[in-house]
Amino acid sequence: MYVEKKQLVAPGEILAEGKYLSGENTHREGQIVYSSRVGVVEIVGDRLGVIPLKGRYIPHVGDIVVGRIVDIGMSGWIVDIEAPYPALLPASETFGHRGPRGRMDLSRMFDVGDLVVSEVLAFDRTRDPLISAKGPGLGKITGGRMIELSPTKVPRLIGRKGSMISLIKKGTGANIIVGQNGIILVSGRSRDSENAAIHAIRMIEREAHTHGLTDRIQVMLRTMMRGE
Amino acid sequence: MAQKTVVDMLALGKRIDDRGVQDFREMKLEIGLIERACGSALINLGKTKVMVGVKVEEGEPFPDTPDEGVLTVNAELVPLASPTFEPGPPNENAIELARVVDRGIRESKSIDLKELCIQPKKKVFVVFIDVYVLDHDGNLIDASSIASLAALLSAKMNEYDVEDGEVVYKPGLRKLPIQNHPVAVTLAKIGKSLVVDPSLDEEQVMSARLTVVSDKEGRICAMQKGGAEPLSIEEVKQGVAIALSKASEIRSRITEAAKT
Amino acid sequence: MNPQEEPVELIDKNGLRIDGRRLDEYRPIKMKVGVLDKADGSAHIEQGKNRILAAVYGPREAHPKHIALPHRAVLRCRYHMAPFSTPERKSPAPSRREQELSKVIREALEPAVLSEYYPRTTIDLFIEVLQSDGGTRCAGITGASLALADAGIPMRGLVAATAVGKIAGKIALDLSDAEDKQGEADMPVAIMPKSNVVTLIQMDGTLTHEEFERGFDIAVRTCHTIHEQQKAVLKERYLAIKEEVEEKSETTRGEEE
Repeated sequence: MYVEKKQLVAPGEILAEGKYLSGENTHREGQIVYSSRVGVVEIVGDRLGVIPLKGRYIPHVGDIVVGRIVDIGMSGWIVDIEAPYPALLPASETFGHRGPRGRMDLSRMFDVGDLVVSEVLAFDRTRDPLISAKGPGLGKITGGRMIELSPTKVPRLIGRKGSMISLIKKGTGANIIVGQNGIILVSGRSRDSENAAIHAIRMIEREAHTHGLTDRIQVMLRTMMRGE
Repeated sequence: MAQKTVVDMLALGKRIDDRGVQDFREMKLEIGLIERACGSALINLGKTKVMVGVKVEEGEPFPDTPDEGVLTVNAELVPLASPTFEPGPPNENAIELARVVDRGIRESKSIDLKELCIQPKKKVFVVFIDVYVLDHDGNLIDASSIASLAALLSAKMNEYDVEDGEVVYKPGLRKLPIQNHPVAVTLAKIGKSLVVDPSLDEEQVMSARLTVVSDKEGRICAMQKGGAEPLSIEEVKQGVAIALSKASEIRSRITEAAKT
Repeated sequence: MNPQEEPVELIDKNGLRIDGRRLDEYRPIKMKVGVLDKADGSAHIEQGKNRILAAVYGPREAHPKHIALPHRAVLRCRYHMAPFSTPERKSPAPSRREQELSKVIREALEPAVLSEYYPRTTIDLFIEVLQSDGGTRCAGITGASLALADAGIPMRGLVAATAVGKIAGKIALDLSDAEDKQGEADMPVAIMPKSNVVTLIQMDGTLTHEEFERGFDIAVRTCHTIHEQQKAVLKERYLAIKEEVEEKSETTRGEEE
C-alpha cells in the first residue's frame, strides 16, 4: 500500500501492489492497482478506491434523479438528467395515467421545461436509462430553488447513512431533494433558511475532500441560522 | 480474419500469408504507363495497387524560399480502391498519407529544388506528385512512397534554357534533378510482434504502426507512428533498426526498375 | 511582426541558443487547469511564446448518433490554430497540417483514456493554439491530458510530450519556431510515463541512427519530468483548499476551547 486514506491522487498513480482489490475508479495492471481519476483515496479492507472530484453522472438503477423534460413522444417523455444518455419516462410510469393518451394529454401532465423527480428503473450499457415518476416523493416539481452540484460530491452531501443531509435539513429547517445526478432542490420556510442550506451545499462541494468538514458545516449553520 | 488467428500464428513466428516477419510482399513496379505525365509508376505491393503521377509546371515560388522550386504531394483514396473509401475531399487518412510521403521526399532533399528555379522570386518549376490509391490491401504509405520515388527517378521534362528569366523550351527531354532516394518502411505491431509491410488483414488487427523513411546514406528523414495503441520504447528502437536495414533492399529494386 | 528574418546564429560561442537556453533545456511550462467554465475539463499551457488552450466536453451524447460505438466512447480531437497565432495571419479554415495533427494528437491520447466506461458516447477534445512558437503539438498533448483528467474522465495515466531536434549539427531539446525552421531535424515524442510507452512519435529532417537514439532517450526523460509537473498541477487547487480550511478549523477549535 503506497497511499493512505483521503490522499489526493492523479490518474496513473500507484495505489498499491500485491493482493489488494481494485475498487471504484481504479484499474489493475498485473500486480499493481492504479488510480484512474483525480480524487481522494478510499480504503475499505483490502479494497482500494478513488472518490473522484469531478465527473459526469452515470445512472445506476435505484438512483433518485432530478431531470428536465426536453421532448414529448408518443408514449412518454424524454428527460435530460445531466447524463451522457437521455432518459425515457414512459407514460405508464406516472400516476393518473389511464389508457392510451395523445401528445396533448401528455404535455398537460409534464410539459417541456418542467422539472421532474424520478427513480432510475433500468439502465445498462446497451440502452438509455428508463425512469419512473410513480412513487412516493416522485413527480413534478413546483417550487424551490435548483442547485447544480458535481455528481461526484453527492455522496458527501448525503453523508454516511444520510448524516450530513439530515444535519443540514435539521439545521436549516429546509426541505431538500437530492438527485444523485447532482441536481438539488431546496425549499425552505424562509429565504434565510434556503440560503443557509445552499451555502452548506456549496461548502461541501468545495471542501468534500478535506477533514473536519462536518464540524465546519455545523458551525456555519449555527452562525447563519442564529436569527431564526 | 479473426484477430486471434493472426496473433496466434505470429506467436509461432508465422504470418497468415506465409511471409517472414521482416519480409515485404511481392513487389512489381511498372514505369511510364501514363504518357501525359512527366513521370508515372504503378506499384503492385502484394494486392495493394497505387499509381503515382508526376507533373512539372511553371509556377511561383513560396515567399520564404524565393530561389527554390516547389514540391507538392497530394493523395487520393479513390472510392473504387476499397469498400471503406467514400467520395469527397481528402479525409485525415489521405492527408496523413500525402504528408508522410511528402516529408520523406522533402526532408531527404530528394529533389534539388534550387535547380528548379527559373527566376528568383518570380518563377520556378512546381513538381506535383499525385498519389492515386487504386486497390487497398494494406500499407499504402510504403507503396505510395516507393512508387513516388520510382516516378520521380523516371520522370522526364522538356529540355529548356532560361533566357532573361523566361523558360525557352527546346527539343529533347531531361530528367528531374533527383539527388537522394528516400524509402519508407512501415512496421505493424500485432500482439507482441513487429511485422514489416502489413497486409490489410494485418492492419485491421494491428495495435499500432511505425513508419521510418531513410535515405541512401542510411539517415532517418521522416518518422510517423500511427494507431490507437502505444509502442514500448524498445519497440520504437527495434522498429527503426529493422526499417533501416530493409530500406536498402527496397532502394536497389526501385533504382533498377526506374532505369528501364 | 517579422516578415522575413535573416538567418541567426542558432548556437553562440558560449553554447547558448537564441533565447539563452542550453542545448538540453526545455522552455519552462506554466500549466493551469479548470480555466474554462462551460467545458467539462480544461487546461491552459504557456511554454515560451506558446499559448495553448485545451478543453474537453464529455462524455456526452453522440451527435450524429451513428458515430457512437456500442462498447466504448469515441474520442474526437480538433487541433486548430487561431488566425492571429502565427507571425503572418493564418486562414481560419483547417489546413492539411491541422487535420493531420488532429489525427496524431487523438492517437497520442487514445491509449490513455479508459473509454469502456462510457459506451455510446463521445469525448470531444479541442485544442486551440492562441499563439505559436514551435512545439505546439507537444504542448497541446500535455495540456489535453490535463483537460481530460480535469473533466474527471477515467484514464490509465497522463500523457506528456516534448520534441527534440537538431540545430547547427547538435541535438537540442524543445525547438522554438525559428530553430525548427533553420534546424536540421525535429522529432516530437509523447509518452505515457505510467507504463513508459510511446503514444506519439514523428520526425522530419535528417538524423543518423545514433542521433535518433540519443535524442529519443532525452525526449523520454524530459516527458517524465513534465509528467511530475502535470500531476502536481491537477492536485494543487484541491491541496490549497485543504490547507486553507483545515488550518482554519484548527484555529477555530483552538479559539472555542
